[in-house]
Amino acid sequence: MPIYRERYRRRESGLDFRGRAWVVIAAFGLRALTRHKAFLFLLILAWIPAVVRGVLMYAAANIPQASFLATTAQTFRDFLSQQEPFVFFITVYAGSGLIADDIRSNALQLYLSRPLTRTQYVAGKFAILATALALVTWLPAMVLLIVQVLFAGSVTFLRSNLYLLPAISVFSIVQVVVATFIMLALSSLSKSRWFVAVMYAGISFFSHAVFGATRIATGGGTAFSWISVFASLMQVGDVIFRLRPRFTGTPPAVSVAALAIMVAASIVVLSRRIRAIEVVT
Amino acid sequence: MGESESIASLDHVSVRYGKEWALSDVSAAFPAGAVGLLGPNGAGKSTMLKALLGLLEADSGRIRVLDLDVASHPLDVRARIGYMPESDAQIPGMNAVTFVAYCGELSGLAAADAMQRAHEVLFYVGLGEARYRNVETYSTGMKQRIKLAQALVHDPDVLFLDEPTNGMDPKGREEMLALVRDIAQNKHISLILSSHVMPDVESVCDSVVLMNRGTVVMQGPIASLKSPAGRIFEVRVKGNQAAFVDLVRRQAFECREADGDLLRIVLPANAGPADLFSSAAKSGVQVRHLKPSLPTLEDVFAQAVGEDAT
Repeated sequence: MPIYRERYRRRESGLDFRGRAWVVIAAFGLRALTRHKAFLFLLILAWIPAVVRGVLMYAAANIPQASFLATTAQTFRDFLSQQEPFVFFITVYAGSGLIADDIRSNALQLYLSRPLTRTQYVAGKFAILATALALVTWLPAMVLLIVQVLFAGSVTFLRSNLYLLPAISVFSIVQVVVATFIMLALSSLSKSRWFVAVMYAGISFFSHAVFGATRIATGGGTAFSWISVFASLMQVGDVIFRLRPRFTGTPPAVSVAALAIMVAASIVVLSRRIRAIEVVT
Repeated sequence: MGESESIASLDHVSVRYGKEWALSDVSAAFPAGAVGLLGPNGAGKSTMLKALLGLLEADSGRIRVLDLDVASHPLDVRARIGYMPESDAQIPGMNAVTFVAYCGELSGLAAADAMQRAHEVLFYVGLGEARYRNVETYSTGMKQRIKLAQALVHDPDVLFLDEPTNGMDPKGREEMLALVRDIAQNKHISLILSSHVMPDVESVCDSVVLMNRGTVVMQGPIASLKSPAGRIFEVRVKGNQAAFVDLVRRQAFECREADGDLLRIVLPANAGPADLFSSAAKSGVQVRHLKPSLPTLEDVFAQAVGEDAT
């Protein structure tokens, strides 16, 4: 008797597919990511600034001579700015192949022939990268806030700066959402993760270079900071942390609008590119 | 067969890619069991399967699968279908058992069930020993098998198999067809087998839907489609074959080139071999071979589409 006669049996349990597929995609994706030593190395590297800041907080709280290191609200703003390079590298490493690899191996039709929508597919991929980025932005910033309270031995700082809780969360969300949507859109445009990585780096650095050029051309003017994704993020971050916006020539609303347009454009690209069938006419 | 008795049906469905009509006012019903979807490349078979899955939106018409309207219940439909695509498809960076289990979970299986069924299904399709290998290192035949495994893992009610023997060697092809036969006959899973290889369909399916240029040209049980409208003869002639074929066709006999210089000619009930000899004499050729033959699906298809079949 052929072996297959014995092995196949009909399913006894039911199928529970409603709204669950994106969680499956995210869980598998994150498991796969954490198996990569390079990713874990990047993650460890990204936590070094948080550890250093933790040591400084300890020193400020326990060594009188180090009181000049006392934690302020600006500390957390600076910390999140400092994490930007790690956000970039993790976005490139973890995000460039998220959709490109599926397109290269014709996996989209395998996903979309199952009971999941295109939105759920994108949500699953989004969750992978967003979680990875939250691990180097929101999580260490929140841990630092807790560490500050623990080392200071009081909640005075936290009480007088309670807005830091939503500020850290909102700015981290902005960082993560902008980077993730741009990367997913680029990843859906190519079969090559390397090409996607180059495109992402190109957009990030080129837009900033163009802003730099306009700055030189206008004698230090910052009216065109909205051109740069980095600059727009910095500007929005300043507002969220109740600081004076650094690019006075650009109203913060314009920076917000620039980021929103980037995200909207990314969503449009994703809605056009994520299909089970590629129609060439 | 009525709509309620069919596993899938299309009612005046048209699908367009840009300006090209891939399906043009197609009406078809797929009965339970193994149904072949036959036609040459570009006939619209894959488009029809994708429309049945709800992956393509029909420009007009209504599509139902398992008594569900595909347009309004696409997820419910896809949960009950297993789809084996024509082209190579895998999710990169996974070994076979992880890949199949992942597909099971995406279809709604619980994680433990999905893993257990992945192992079972991989043994069933003959990949048990290779189940911990990365799918990207598989040979063409193994990739076909794993595509079948991922389609089966959630135990669908209906399987859509798009050219399942593509690129397989003769032995692998026979094994794949044996599997497909077993699924239909012993596991009681209905299936639609899309192929341009007529012997494959004939060896597995009870019914067939014949397509050409985006339309359904014929459908029904293979046995009844093959019941002869006349007698079929294999003929080989020496001399000006084109003149002979021309003369035969002018007498309204179906005639097509089957293999090399072999002709298959369908004679109506009121004609006989003498008519062929007479035609040969008139066109100045010698009949070197004349043998009665059984009708095949290729004959049925050739009769249905006429000259287009070649």
